[in-house]
Amino acid sequence: MTVIIGLEIHCQLNTKTKLFCGCSTDYRDDGPNTHVCPVCLGLPGTLPVTNKQAVIYALRVAKALHCEVPAFSEFARKNYFYPDLPKAFQITQYDKPLALGGYIEIEAEGGGEKRIELTRIHMEEDPGRLVHKGSGDRGRYTLVDYNRSGVPLIEIVTEPQLSSPKEARRFLNKLRATLEYLGIYDSEREGSLRVDANISIKGYERVEVKNITSYKGVEKALTFEITRQKGMIRRNAQIVRETRHYQEARGVTTSARSKEMEHDYRYFPEPDLAPLEVSSWVEEIALPELPDARRDRFMQQYGISQNHARTLTGDLKLAEFFEEVTSGMPEIAAPWTADILLGELNYRDMPVTKVPNLHYRALLEEVKKGSVTDTSAVEVLRLILNQVMEGQAPEMPGVIIARLGLSKEEGESFVEVVASVLKENEAAVADHRSGKAGAINFLVGQVMKATRGRADPKEIARIIGDLLKD
Amino acid sequence: MGSTFTFDHDDPNNAFITICRQADYGDGPLSGIPVAVKDNISTAGIETTCGSKILKGYIPPYDGHAITLLRSAGAAIIGKTNMDEFGMGTTTENSAYGPTRNPADPTRAPGGSSGGSAAAVASGLVRMALGTDTGGSIRCPASFCGIVGLKPSYGRVSRYGLIAYANSLEQIGPLAQNVRDCALLYSVIAGYDPRDGTSLELPPPAPLKPEIAGKRIGVPTEFFGEGVDLDVASVVRSGISRLEDLGAEIIPCSMPSMRYALAAYYVTSMSEASSNLGRYDGVRYGTAPDSFRSWHDAYSQIRKSGFGEEVRRRILLGSFALSAGYQGKYYAKAQAARRMVRDDFARLFRTVDMLAGPTMPCVAFRLGETSDPLSMYLADILTVPANLAGVPALSVPCGTAHNLPVGLQLIGKHYAEDEILSAALAFEEGSA
Repeated sequence: MTVIIGLEIHCQLNTKTKLFCGCSTDYRDDGPNTHVCPVCLGLPGTLPVTNKQAVIYALRVAKALHCEVPAFSEFARKNYFYPDLPKAFQITQYDKPLALGGYIEIEAEGGGEKRIELTRIHMEEDPGRLVHKGSGDRGRYTLVDYNRSGVPLIEIVTEPQLSSPKEARRFLNKLRATLEYLGIYDSEREGSLRVDANISIKGYERVEVKNITSYKGVEKALTFEITRQKGMIRRNAQIVRETRHYQEARGVTTSARSKEMEHDYRYFPEPDLAPLEVSSWVEEIALPELPDARRDRFMQQYGISQNHARTLTGDLKLAEFFEEVTSGMPEIAAPWTADILLGELNYRDMPVTKVPNLHYRALLEEVKKGSVTDTSAVEVLRLILNQVMEGQAPEMPGVIIARLGLSKEEGESFVEVVASVLKENEAAVADHRSGKAGAINFLVGQVMKATRGRADPKEIARIIGDLLKD
Repeated sequence: MGSTFTFDHDDPNNAFITICRQADYGDGPLSGIPVAVKDNISTAGIETTCGSKILKGYIPPYDGHAITLLRSAGAAIIGKTNMDEFGMGTTTENSAYGPTRNPADPTRAPGGSSGGSAAAVASGLVRMALGTDTGGSIRCPASFCGIVGLKPSYGRVSRYGLIAYANSLEQIGPLAQNVRDCALLYSVIAGYDPRDGTSLELPPPAPLKPEIAGKRIGVPTEFFGEGVDLDVASVVRSGISRLEDLGAEIIPCSMPSMRYALAAYYVTSMSEASSNLGRYDGVRYGTAPDSFRSWHDAYSQIRKSGFGEEVRRRILLGSFALSAGYQGKYYAKAQAARRMVRDDFARLFRTVDMLAGPTMPCVAFRLGETSDPLSMYLADILTVPANLAGVPALSVPCGTAHNLPVGLQLIGKHYAEDEILSAALAFEEGSA
């Protein structure tokens, strides 16, 4: 059963001010309705004025994603009633969007690149936000916060060319990285990216899943929905064309009541705004180095593997961090940062920007000098990250190594320990003698445990070999 | 230097919804002059209802751009005038605050929708007033009340603070007892405003001087077509002869697109209105029932009881005209017809300097005379073309028919307000 997925991604642009008024978009730490004015409250008589910076940001995306920018595009009104929508219409773009076509290349299954084509990119304003007081449908009342009302969004629509949740995640990762490289998007702002997905099994009706509000949610929601649809096909149940909501907390999609979705948005051109004639602006936009170019440069300049380069450039902050700490030792910095550090950060849900450069760089130097084993170095790294997470000033690696006695010792000083490990594990020794391959690793592991990682495993393996020869 | 104007007149014609008895004013070209403002222009701290129950009690936190300009010119804003609800009407009878009477004959309507502003000026309560004109709402009451009213070119006066009925058609404009005052108020409110994306950067209005000799004035035959009262036509024809006597060259011409103008106007204005008026839902302003029903039910209850019949009619018709499956038949066709009107004006203005004709096809209606909305819509036939094309147009008193005032309409080229005001001044003063 072939899976067909298309995505619609709404992304907040990180302009200083809103799309049609001068209110600040940086509202997340402030109280409700503190970033509002007559315009974004939709008070009678107010008029929108297009924020030029937002248009330029959107054009940057269009250029980076290889879109065509038509000579003429326009804003339109999408009319519907909802308490978070103060004008009872959203200013968006309808049949004349800012940009058409374009593509993003992602890593294909089994190597190489796969090109995912885009349908269009258009601009629109974000509505406000409802805050329900009390619980459930029977809550006593709902409050409206208009801080978000009027924040600029771009909506990026893909062709239905993604074939698995994993591809969708890769696509979004690549898109997010590109948007961050362009300096127009801040992924750390909560709710700054929202995804709707169209999902079908080839030969059956398509289902739209709305309300996916996180990167992690996308893969989960798609996986759930595909499993649901395949299950229905196996049971010979009919898949109906419908809109479903993703319930983040439960990880499931549920059918939206069909009546609620029977909208006729009565689109028409926004009479308060002149058409956008901005195709000539595109030439003047200078693009920064984008993820693919940076990946290739990393491979060439630092001599690191494509996988490491791809991982390190897949996030702007990580790429910048790598370039700050790598000097003179990319062969150590690349695997450490892409494999070890990234894992530790994901485990802690910690942004790379919080890692203290100086300490990390010093740790890599200790590794390079060979003064600690990899195992000990990971222990030091974890300690430093934990100290940062707990709001303490982190200790320098040298200090930690000395305090905990983690300094790598010469192998010969462990001969006694090795001898006693061999004595205690006669069965493993016998296995080794009879040629069992895994036995030596077990013995090395036991020695590492006994020395709390201070020994170099290769050295220990050599000593074990020497001792058992006798 | 600030002073306070005390307004102690009665309001026998119900021209006002809100009267400000004490109004502060400053220095400037309008220093100390009492000015009335139509109640669909946002005034900070002064209740602004648009003649609707749904906005009763709404006190805006901000001034519209024209109000800011009025205040800085020293004007004393002494009240908010009555109007057809949200500008939808030709009589000022569609107001939640009762009808306004015509000072020329209190059994008659003043015209609309800026009927309160026209009545306040015509009765001498104020020297000048602001109105708004979407399809004739300044020129119609000016004509019916016997005063001067100007609808500026689209983009000439900022619409920031004008509570929208039909955004692509309407402008704020002056009403006054004479052309000089009308031009004075116009010169204060005209100008570029970055808060209105459709506002234009244009040279400021020139000083006014009577000037009509040598002007080529086109008179489309359609302006005297079917439905135009014969007495009104005759008064306006003799007015046009006076223009000729003053040295103008009168050129008969034709404007075939007139037959599509009313349909284009009503489809466009109702479509835009259906969208503009969605925001009146009781959440942020206006009265709302303390209801625990679903928001759907609360919205429809508020909107059903808050809007008057004509407004509900236009919202429904506009929603229909924009709906899927019908948009191509109505809204899109109206835009095509609108382009034909614009093209017709452009063609005519290659050979003439301005157009002249009656402002309204009739004299002021009796209060309660017309209850059929369609025949009321037909009365706008001569005023809507200027709104569709965005060109300036004014109404200047031209005499009487049936003992009631008749207005002469002059329509100018885009941004040629100075030219039609100068011609109107020459006409008013009888000198070229």
